[in-house]
Amino acid sequence: MSLSFVAPPRRLLTITIDGRTVKVPEGATLLEACRQQGLDTPTLCYLENLAPVNVCRVCVVEVEGARVLVPSCSRKAEEGMVVHTDSERVRASRRSVLELLASSVDLSLAGPEVKRWMNRYRAEPERFGPAAPAAEDDRRDRARPGEHHAPEGQVAATVAQPVKLDNETYIRDYSRCILCYKCVEACGSEAQNTFAIAVAGRGFEARISTEFAVGLPDSACVYCGNCIGVCPTGALMFKSEYDLRQKGRWDEARQTVTTTICPYCGVGCNLELHVQDNEIVKVTSPLDHDITRGHLCVKGRFGYQFVQSRNGGDEGR
Amino acid sequence: MFGAGGGTSSYREAEEADLVILWGSSAREAHPIFFHHVLKGVHRGAKLYAVDPRRTSSAQWADVWLGLEVGSDIALANAIGREIIHAGLVNQEFVRRATANFDAYAAAVEPCTLEWAEAQTSVPAEAIRELAHDYGRADRAQLCWTLGITEHHNATDNVLALINLALLTGHVGRWGSGLVPLRGQNNVQGGGDMGALPNKLPGFQDVVTNLEARDRFEKAWGVGIPPRAGWHLSLMFEAMERGELTTAYILGENPIRSEADSDRTSRLLEGLEHLVVQDIFLTDTARIAEVVLPASASWCEAEGTVTSSERRVQRVRRALQPPGQARDDIEIICELARRLGSDWGHPSSEQVWDELRSLSPMHKGMSYPRLEALGGIQWPCRDEQDPGSPFLHGRLWEEDPERRGPAAPFFAVAAEGPLDLLDSEFPIRLTTGRRLDSFNTGVQSSQYATPIRRRESLNLSPEDMSDLELTDGDRVIVSSRRGSVEAPVLTDSSLHRGLAFMTLHFPDEVRTNRLTLDAWDPKSGTAEFKATAIRVTKLRAAVREAAVQGAPDPVA
Repeated sequence: MSLSFVAPPRRLLTITIDGRTVKVPEGATLLEACRQQGLDTPTLCYLENLAPVNVCRVCVVEVEGARVLVPSCSRKAEEGMVVHTDSERVRASRRSVLELLASSVDLSLAGPEVKRWMNRYRAEPERFGPAAPAAEDDRRDRARPGEHHAPEGQVAATVAQPVKLDNETYIRDYSRCILCYKCVEACGSEAQNTFAIAVAGRGFEARISTEFAVGLPDSACVYCGNCIGVCPTGALMFKSEYDLRQKGRWDEARQTVTTTICPYCGVGCNLELHVQDNEIVKVTSPLDHDITRGHLCVKGRFGYQFVQSRNGGDEGR
Repeated sequence: MFGAGGGTSSYREAEEADLVILWGSSAREAHPIFFHHVLKGVHRGAKLYAVDPRRTSSAQWADVWLGLEVGSDIALANAIGREIIHAGLVNQEFVRRATANFDAYAAAVEPCTLEWAEAQTSVPAEAIRELAHDYGRADRAQLCWTLGITEHHNATDNVLALINLALLTGHVGRWGSGLVPLRGQNNVQGGGDMGALPNKLPGFQDVVTNLEARDRFEKAWGVGIPPRAGWHLSLMFEAMERGELTTAYILGENPIRSEADSDRTSRLLEGLEHLVVQDIFLTDTARIAEVVLPASASWCEAEGTVTSSERRVQRVRRALQPPGQARDDIEIICELARRLGSDWGHPSSEQVWDELRSLSPMHKGMSYPRLEALGGIQWPCRDEQDPGSPFLHGRLWEEDPERRGPAAPFFAVAAEGPLDLLDSEFPIRLTTGRRLDSFNTGVQSSQYATPIRRRESLNLSPEDMSDLELTDGDRVIVSSRRGSVEAPVLTDSSLHRGLAFMTLHFPDEVRTNRLTLDAWDPKSGTAEFKATAIRVTKLRAAVREAAVQGAPDPVA
């Protein structure tokens, strides 16, 4: 018995975006409406496979009649809405977000689109002055609420700190963390439901932390790597990628990405094998596939080593 | 079930169900990404039941945990069935129109009262009643199981007992309601699809009764197909025992480590006249073979398809060059055929697949381009316009009797406990299972490092640890009626008194399958990995030293 599933028909709403009258299906967000119109709308904390958390504010648009700018990633289109995506207010707001993040966080691995947006909105993170020196060891992890002291304004405050290397699976480089919450969501109720990490602290001291800031091996982490899968800035990175980058050998131009099926249980998760020099260097999963929606377990994400250790020929059990 | 060898539902249905029952399945650890779908359902308000002797990490998410005795599944299922009948929760319309043998089933479960079941299963009568009523009243219910149901000597009866419940309540053949056997390996379902069953041709076409299908294959292949069922694995071992089976060609299996009663398995395989093993590793089984054919890893060094637990056929693709002289399975098999006198040419995986499509109606519409474009297709898919089948057996709900087709029969099954009985000599029940980070005999999983990896241990309840005066890390001798192994012990609060747990993941450290019983289900051929009677003896320091100094088995 075959049956095809078609989503129930949705009413079309008429809204105006930047002077153009457009029709969007009921329930669509303003971000979806903008993308439908081909408008390149910056996003940092938004990802198709996670519910929007509205924290980065880089996707804001102006809705006529609304007092404040609205995050387009979560605001749903309403009949008759008049939306501006490139007004002075929107441009200034997006510029501020990008400048504040870029002055305090290392965005060098955040993808080419971030540089494109910074150019478009003329973000000048350097105007806050030279970067303050990096924090030592785990100073930021030990910060207590209310401990923050007003800066003198001579240097730009940053979240720079040493890379956390506490296991052989993945590394945490919180100098690159923009606090987008994606890792927290993926570890939490959006996918893995392990709840090993959360945002701790307030204001500029806010950071991603395990419970009581313990190292990963002492935390609830089950090493599924779903946090790495959603991280937009390289703050969470597979150890395999980190090591190759340290050696100067990471080269995405020489990598192929092949989609196949996980060799473990019978769920049939889609794996994207990133291969460089005939070696798997990382594993991801497509966000738009119904089985995984981008999320994997520890075996699918990390359990590929056995195919690469066969040249000795004697490892089997 | 009902003639199709696959689960009836899509994973997505677990997200949209009101009730999910995990029976003999710790999906949280063994099928983690399926469990993500279950949790989406839970977050939307679905009620979750876990039926498992252990209070597993899956059970810890459940609203209600039914901690039954190992092997008492049928008693529990029959009592649930009886309670559904007595509470007036039978879907009368569905039972009348779409099923057969209801009366015989009702009569058979009549003695299975809640009180009787409590005595048989140790599950409180009230919890059984609650599950029965929730299942009977749910609008959409998913009944999922894994090897906790099928690794028993009466596996098929266990499955039938669960199917009976879905028939009683009409929880099959509708979006959201279904029967979900989760497959343990990435292509268990695909192996069945492709006819790797002793009585089936590809596409679940019966080799004995489906004359038209047999004729079709004979014409396509130009050979006669023996019109009789072959042997499944357990029968093959018996045939080896009788000296009837003298040659074996094993592809991608490591039976010396994976089969129950491994001492017997080794003896039988070593006694063969000729053994050929095709694998990506020199496994323990390959080591005793006359010929080893190095293969490429099917999931990343070759092109092809696999089928998932939701009947979704998906493409595997070549991402890596295989090492050394390893060759593609298709190439090896065709070369073997050529040397045996049949020239099959050098077909690509797509050509092999297209031949399958021409012979298996349920796969006919699944061209490689469509599998690519649609991200896999769920069978049956009968032509290139067919989007595939998110769920099976919708026909049972058709108004028109013609379209409804043959009725789905109830099969009354009697409760029967494990064969390996507990007694004063072997008083503890050992069950086996998987841990999140590891897989089967560890051939694949032992080669990547993860901080959550723990070595093998005999897990015991806090009560048994205390009774036996053991502390974590103490070494013990675990003995069954077949053999003994030495292992460290670990306290496991998911276990109750008298229940122990081990995995098969670390055969180099602990050969758990020396203990297990190879008594197998006559209908499916599955061995009873889940229920072994054991004795646990604390290893005194002196004995341990002797063992270290080279005492042979059984203490090795």
